Amino acid sequence: MSHYFFLLIGAVLVNNVVLVKILGLCPFMGVSKKLSTAYGMGAATTFVLTLATGASFIIDHYLLMPAGLEYLRTLSFIVTIAAIVQLTEMMIARTSPLLQQVLGIYLPLITTNCAVLGVPLINISHGYGFMESLIFGAGSALGFSLVLVLFAGIRERVNAADVPPAFKGVAIGMVTAGLMSLAFMGFAGLDR
Amino acid sequence: MEILTAIVVMALGALTLGAALGYAAIRFKVEGDLITGKIEAILPQTQCGQCGFAGCKPYAEAIARDEAEINLCPPGGDEGARKLADLLGREFKPVSGGGDGEAAKPKLTAIIREAECIGCTLCIQACPVDAIVGAARQMHTVIDALCTGCELCVKPCPVECIDMAPVPETLATWKYAYPVIPIKSVERASDVSHNVAAMNDAESSHQKVA
Amino acid sequence: MLQKLFKFKGGIKPAHHKAESRGTPIAAAPLPGHLVIPLSQSAGEAAQPVVAVGDKVLKGQFIGKAEGWLSSAVHASTSGTVIAVEPRLMPHPSGLATLSVVILPDGEDRWMPLQAPDYKNMSLKSVLQYLQDAGVVGMGGAGFPSHVKMQDSAALGDLVINGAECEPYITCDDRLMRERAGEIIAGSGIIRDLLQVKRVLIGIEDNKPEAIAAMQAAVEAAGETTFSVVAVPTLYPAGGIRQLIRVLTGKEVPVDQRSTDLGIQCFNVGTALSVWRALNLGEPVVSRVVTLTGNVEQPGNWEALIGTPMNELLALARPRADTDGVIMGGPMMGIPMPACDVPVTKGSNCLIARSPTLFPPPPPEMPCIRCGACARACPQELQPFELYWWSRARQFDKAREYHLSSCIECGCCAYVCPANIPLVQYFRFSKSEIRAAAREQKMADSARARFEFKQFRAEREKAEKAEKLARAAAAQAAKLAAERDAAPEGESGAVGDAADAKQAVIAAAVERARVQRAETDSRDA
Repeated sequence: MSHYFFLLIGAVLVNNVVLVKILGLCPFMGVSKKLSTAYGMGAATTFVLTLATGASFIIDHYLLMPAGLEYLRTLSFIVTIAAIVQLTEMMIARTSPLLQQVLGIYLPLITTNCAVLGVPLINISHGYGFMESLIFGAGSALGFSLVLVLFAGIRERVNAADVPPAFKGVAIGMVTAGLMSLAFMGFAGLDR
Repeated sequence: MEILTAIVVMALGALTLGAALGYAAIRFKVEGDLITGKIEAILPQTQCGQCGFAGCKPYAEAIARDEAEINLCPPGGDEGARKLADLLGREFKPVSGGGDGEAAKPKLTAIIREAECIGCTLCIQACPVDAIVGAARQMHTVIDALCTGCELCVKPCPVECIDMAPVPETLATWKYAYPVIPIKSVERASDVSHNVAAMNDAESSHQKVA
Repeated sequence: MLQKLFKFKGGIKPAHHKAESRGTPIAAAPLPGHLVIPLSQSAGEAAQPVVAVGDKVLKGQFIGKAEGWLSSAVHASTSGTVIAVEPRLMPHPSGLATLSVVILPDGEDRWMPLQAPDYKNMSLKSVLQYLQDAGVVGMGGAGFPSHVKMQDSAALGDLVINGAECEPYITCDDRLMRERAGEIIAGSGIIRDLLQVKRVLIGIEDNKPEAIAAMQAAVEAAGETTFSVVAVPTLYPAGGIRQLIRVLTGKEVPVDQRSTDLGIQCFNVGTALSVWRALNLGEPVVSRVVTLTGNVEQPGNWEALIGTPMNELLALARPRADTDGVIMGGPMMGIPMPACDVPVTKGSNCLIARSPTLFPPPPPEMPCIRCGACARACPQELQPFELYWWSRARQFDKAREYHLSSCIECGCCAYVCPANIPLVQYFRFSKSEIRAAAREQKMADSARARFEFKQFRAEREKAEKAEKLARAAAAQAAKLAAERDAAPEGESGAVGDAADAKQAVIAAAVERARVQRAETDSRDA
């Protein structure tokens, strides 16, 4: 049990996908202008990522490995992820058209979010079992959401500050992200 | 053989996912849209048509369908465009025509020079918000509380008796100004002596004039 | 009676500066050269003038009719002649002119015949109507009409009479309580009976022992058992409604509620006096006690007529030579006057002569370091540094999330700010922007409703017209058909029918045009 717990904490904080592994930076910079949007994006990505890790494990273990088709991993994972993202988009369109409009292009772009493809591939390279894969996937997704929401909160506040014109917008965002990454390095060594 | 397996497996997977998506598309069908209302709430409802659409609602619908830019509304100004950008997560663009540095146009209201009005009712028909009262061959007048300042009534008037005047400030509409930090001029010793010299110069020139 | 007192969070203890003006009794100010009586002296709409230039008016005569329930009537403060009804500068931070009645006094100061109403046998509604017509508004400064505050008396338990007078310099309520305690108690008794409350709490800051003693004596003399005079600790802003209620009852008014939701209503001592005068003597509000203090030789309290120009009134206290302006209200919440000759209104409790030495210009504003001193001082338990952050960036939605609307603008935060940030100015700016946006939204909504109705109407008219045309055409066709049937030779066929229908429509149009022409001709003739 404690193994799973440490796996989860490790995925959320120590090996954070965004700030430590530097995956999924596109939505991290793109949809972090407003806190409410960040919540929506975090939830959508969490949903997709958790589902994608589970689905890709099943596909890998019960379809590709028995048939000896490991070389089709990337292709089949992408197809699966694309389908899940489409599903998510439909559900969001139904529940919150505003969120869909706000997330705009970033919603279908979850498909190409490298974190979503990266995490299943990391799972396989680490040789995680089904439960471990799922927990690592959910942990990574939570880590992504956490960092996204924190970053959006900081950006909203920085927006109201006297930022020198040359640093306005994405530039100060990058600086902020760098500082956050430094802060998250402080978690290294927490799980061992 | 291996290639065949690969093709079969991928095809099977694609088929399954396609079927699932197809079912979901029917199951989670979207009805109506809420976003038009939210966009419309931001628009100033002058119904002036300066955006190129026949009123605020058609413009809101066009924005919701992604067919119109968000910076076409001069009465809403940059402030309105910023709000739309915020709501829709789009990039803010200054309102076209207005220019970024230019100060926002003051709110206007139409005033009919009543002595010159011939009672043609053309302005009443033009007013999109029913802010002009009058009857055929009777004098017309603008209810200023209802006027949105869209200027649509100015053109149709055959005797050009409609003026657009800025709305005067009253106690109800007065706003506190943004607090300005007073800048204190710090004078250095050299500056002071320079200033004194300048003052002396000014004085002597005054005396010359006198 | 010993009562358990409570504390509110925050607050500050500025220097009192009350000793200067509290020593001398209230004196009646002499008649000024002219009176300027603004018609907007309450929170609601401005009153409508009912006098014209040249009219002779008596003291207490009706000159402005209340416009709506939130408005309040305005009266002539002395007898004389109306010399102008025009926009004049009024004591408001905007420096805008509002419609005012200018009266040239005739020197007799003659009252119109006064008749006290038989309020004990009147319905509550008519008493409130009477108070509105008598122009009774809150005398504490805000000018909220008193009759509005008395209208929903259901389920009220406590009445708080506010004699705290927590702001520095101001002593008008202090003198009022010392000299007219009996009337104030009688007025409070009337309000108590109107509101049918069980308990009356009179809160007075403990730096006014004479006022407390006088009020205590008046309560005993009146034999009132429901009254209790309570000395509250001196701590600015103990006179704020929510703060005083907290101190006296221990109840805290929630952010989105009013004190009446907790069964508590609050009136100023000056308001209680006005109510007594209006209902017992039939006198409308034509004067008030004003503290004259600050940079003057002879600070004191004067009973001044509403409409007295401030410079004429302030002259009684002999302002020193370096006086460069007037502040209406206290140094914490008061507003600098746009000019020296603006008139005294019902809310002018204090005039402070300003001088550069007494009120030096504020030191330059420095960046906020988020030290939190303002949050510790805020009596409303807000976070002024957050409000400042968002107000400064004009992000009003965020400021609202931090409960900007709860700010009472008491100035505690700005007083303690080590960076000298004029916080209250930022909050006022932000609040007025929010109010303006709400007003614009309301106008836009009504414009949209009218636009949509106009479109609906156009559609309807079009449909009606089409229907009428179709009906007329059908009738014409039927008529023609009947004629044709009667005629011996029956030319028939689909082509003929269509031609007939067309013919009918044309005929109908020609007929309509003829009728219309005839109508206009007859009208012109």
